Amino acid sequence: MSTITKEKMSWFFACKVEDVPANGGVCVKYKDGQIALFYFARRGEWYASQNLCPHRKQMALSRGMIGAQQGEPKVACPFHKKTFSLADGRCLSDEHECAIKVYPVKLEDDRIYIGVHPIPG
Amino acid sequence: MKIVVIGNGMVGFKFCRKITERQIPGLQLVVFGEERHPAYDRVHLSSYFEGKSTADLLLAPKNWYADNGIRLLLGDPVHHISPGVQTVTSKSGITESYDVLVFATGSSAFVPPMPGTDQKGVFVYRTLDDLDLMKSAARKARRAAVIGGGLLGLEAAKSCMDLGIADTTIVEYAPRLMPRQIDQNGSEILQRQLLALGLKIRTNAYTTSIRGDGQATGIGFEDGTSIPADMIVISAGIRPRDELAAAAGLETGSRGGIVVNNKMQASHANIYAIGECALYDHTIYGLVAPGYEMADIAIDNILGGDRSFGGFDMSTKLKLVGVDVASFGDPFPPPDTCRVIVFEDQVAGVYKRINMTDDGQYILGGILIGDASSYNMLLQKVKNKIKVTGKPEDELLGSRSSGDSAAGVLGLPPDAMICSCESVSKAAICKAVEDGHETFNSVKKCTGASTSCGGCAPMVKDLITYTLKSQGKYVRNVLCEHFGYSRQELFDLIRLRNLRTYDDVLDHIGQGDGCEVCKPAVSSILASLWNDMILAKGNDTAQDSNDRYLANIQKGGTYSVVPRIPGGEITPQKLMAIGRIAEKYNLYTKITGGQRIDMFGAHVGDLPLIWEELIAEGFESGHAYGKALRTVKSCVGSTWCRFGLHDSVSYAIRVEERYRGLRAPHKLKSAVSGCIRECAEAQSKDFGIIATEKGWNLYVCGNGGSKPQHAHLLAADIDSETCIRYIDRFLMFYIKTADPLTRTATWLNKMDGGIDYLRNVVVKDSLGIAEELEREMQLLVDNYKCEWREVVETPALRKRFSHFVNAPEDKDPNVRFETLRGQKKALEWK
Ligand code: SRM
Ligand SMILES: Cc1cc2nc3c(=O)[nH]c(=O)nc-3n(C[C@H](O)[C@H](O)[C@H](O)COP(=O)(O)OP(=O)(O)OC[C@H]3O[C@@H](n4cnc5c(N)ncnc54)[C@H](O)[C@@H]3O)c2cc1C
Ligand code: SF4
Ligand code: FES
Repeated sequence: MSTITKEKMSWFFACKVEDVPANGGVCVKYKDGQIALFYFARRGEWYASQNLCPHRKQMALSRGMIGAQQGEPKVACPFHKKTFSLADGRCLSDEHECAIKVYPVKLEDDRIYIGVHPIPG
Repeated sequence: MKIVVIGNGMVGFKFCRKITERQIPGLQLVVFGEERHPAYDRVHLSSYFEGKSTADLLLAPKNWYADNGIRLLLGDPVHHISPGVQTVTSKSGITESYDVLVFATGSSAFVPPMPGTDQKGVFVYRTLDDLDLMKSAARKARRAAVIGGGLLGLEAAKSCMDLGIADTTIVEYAPRLMPRQIDQNGSEILQRQLLALGLKIRTNAYTTSIRGDGQATGIGFEDGTSIPADMIVISAGIRPRDELAAAAGLETGSRGGIVVNNKMQASHANIYAIGECALYDHTIYGLVAPGYEMADIAIDNILGGDRSFGGFDMSTKLKLVGVDVASFGDPFPPPDTCRVIVFEDQVAGVYKRINMTDDGQYILGGILIGDASSYNMLLQKVKNKIKVTGKPEDELLGSRSSGDSAAGVLGLPPDAMICSCESVSKAAICKAVEDGHETFNSVKKCTGASTSCGGCAPMVKDLITYTLKSQGKYVRNVLCEHFGYSRQELFDLIRLRNLRTYDDVLDHIGQGDGCEVCKPAVSSILASLWNDMILAKGNDTAQDSNDRYLANIQKGGTYSVVPRIPGGEITPQKLMAIGRIAEKYNLYTKITGGQRIDMFGAHVGDLPLIWEELIAEGFESGHAYGKALRTVKSCVGSTWCRFGLHDSVSYAIRVEERYRGLRAPHKLKSAVSGCIRECAEAQSKDFGIIATEKGWNLYVCGNGGSKPQHAHLLAADIDSETCIRYIDRFLMFYIKTADPLTRTATWLNKMDGGIDYLRNVVVKDSLGIAEELEREMQLLVDNYKCEWREVVETPALRKRFSHFVNAPEDKDPNVRFETLRGQKKALEWK
């Protein structure tokens, strides 16, 4: 995460705060891709990650339940309930499962922006 | 220290294994074995005739001994010992000195003194060599006779049959078979069963000679009669191998056996005797488990400990004979000291007897014939002095005969010895499972349980199932890291504090941010308590994904749509409506196992559109996505069927409409059958109703799924109104007390007192809560609304049904289908 520097980051407008259910997620279309955006209303925090669950390659993470494990924010895939850290993307329930990509989120008034790397990677 | 062990049988081997595990520096171990084979599983000797090889039966491969620094001298029995100079000398002339000498010489078959026993065709049943001899003789033999109708005799007789000798007679001196283990009535039933297997039996028969002229031809009895036989197996008891010890001046019993104290020491302090050659307190223990215990005790004392032997339970279960026979604890205590409960079914060949304390609180022992499935459980109850909770007779008959036997192990204390051969406790097995040994073989390997007699295997398996099932919940019965309460506690707290949303509950009685475990559980409680629209009040994101989208997610990320079809009854118009809508939205259709129609492959954004049309046609949600009432199946019933007693369809519709939408700890299924032919399979449902001449029979707690269970009769011949009232109470009681994701069957299996207790609560109102339960249920029934109708009619809710938040009209481009038999199917996932 720390390797991504502000200069290289480009921010795109995702949606408005009111479009995202409290303590839940939505799927944001970005070019030909999909990004899951989560609103932790309880903590006033926003997270974003790839929408694809690495387990069975399902576009589903945005429909998963979010929560926390020892304070670490996470999302559970609706298919087989594998859970992923939203802080760093690693799989919390299965050490063999691939990690997911996470993206920075920033808020300007009621507008939400997700930071992406111009060079996809 | 140098230890010499005489005998490499089951107990001698156990001694070697246990002492090497202690890894004592400087230990020298020399073992003399008379037999050609290293120690093998004598208990399962008979399986040699069922295809097991010598290698299969070995307790450890030959190289195990050398690998563990043990010098094993096979086929070379010890001939002489000199306790004065502490040496032993073998037949081949090897002399070894010792610091400690251990007798593990076991016993040999006792051959009664009578003429003719030295002829060809006469066998004993003790070693692999004996069996080899029998095997080669069996080819020519036509008639077999086994002298001795005890445990081993029966096994030997079965083996004769297995060897192809159909004409086999068991000869017993006493008036009945297995006189030391079972009583007269039990013997009679056993005898009948054995006759049915084709064995002949002669009791009250005192053998005086073996006839023949070098080759046995028959057995002569004291009354002058005889029977012909060309293969004779003598199984008249065992004789401890104490000849060496006696010759060395050690004290032996008058009827054999090396006398030992409770440290397993013989009359010389550095000489021990263990297993079947040891005589402790005037008793020879002719079973492996006590022998293993003796080996443990001897090791402990040799190494300076002071554990002592305190006798041992002689419970036994007969293997292989084709008829279950078991006796446990004290099979026949003096008549007026206890309460005896007997069950006998002559037709089925079942006899069960339990001896209990007068107050009916503890089991002392008993006998099981024809059906020994409860042997392990009963044995545990005797050994651990577990108090009987239900009615005493339930111990015999089983209050839930088809029940989840895994639940039975629940009642055992952690230190209960599950495997007495290897001294493995319940706690040790559970621990192994928790440490990740999740299969029987793996637990066996890790704990040693079930590696000897194997009698505890069913119980070990139950424990594995049970521990796995309840992992986490069993250790701490709390929901997850966010709630320090069980579901039942949470249910009460939420109601008492009148909490209405997941966030409220978390704020008031939880901690942290919640997770995928507590969110659906709490949501289900909220729904069961208040029956508010589940997507309202911000509760949508606290629902399991299927509940959040009011549909079941499928491979590829599309959803299925299941409208309610109460009782499975549907008009042609509605059928056509389903057909039309499915066609319009390109959905795959299938008749489900629950008598309704499932439409698959709907894009999330199409769901409100599809439902809008379905609702317009008079359909409502089928709750196929929820932990809620699914279907009430029905048979066609008296309206058409020539056997139908009542109108099962009308009643099924009434029941389905009453409980539709009801949220519960797990899904609920029901069925109504119009007569006892039971075409609706009501007895496999959470609650099932079957018409009788006089009304309805109500069954509860059945289950299909991976562990099917028949439902139990809760009430018989009740009228329609009473039936509904009982179901109200039953369901509400379940909703309030079951753990999350626990079907009614599992809930009942874990319930103290089982179906009797449940019946008391529901029918007899023993807790005085019936009225309250009915009232609560009525509230939920009155509050029912079709949640799909609400979504369709509420723009804010409807808005959530789109794939892209920033492109609501777009469908997920990743969703792809294939074609199969003219319909679409989800693309196979990777
Ligand atoms: C559609 C259907 C199969 C079919 O094509 O016929 C079906 C489909 C599923 N069943 Fe089932 N079951 C279906 C009838 C049954 C039946 C038969 C019945 O109800 O008469 C049973 C056995 C009876 C019982 O439940 O006791 C059955 C026992 C299960 C179980 C095992 C439950 C258990 O107690 O062990 C599961 C797993 C679970 O619920 O945890 C399950 C789970 C599932 C799930 C929900 C698995 C999942 O999570 O995706 C499937 C959902 C597919 C979907 O998205 O729609 N399904 N399932 C049937 C729907 C009936 C309906 O109209 O609602
Ligand atoms: C067919 C059968 C079925 C059985 N079923 C059961 C059952 O279901 N449950 C149960 O608990 N028990 C059962 N038993 C009994 C069980 O097998 C014995 O209790 C157990 O084997 C005793 O072990 P042990 O080591 O004391 O004696 P053994 O296993 O008999 O071993 C003693 C060994 O010492 C050797 N030996 C003797 N003298 C010398 C010497 N001087 N030098 C060197 N070696 C010597 C013998 O040859 C023998 O190999 C069964 C027995 C048989 C035969
Ligand atoms: S049996 Fe298994 S595969 Fe078939 S529908 Fe039920 S859960 Fe799915
Ligand atoms: S597809 Fe996500 S957990 Fe299986």
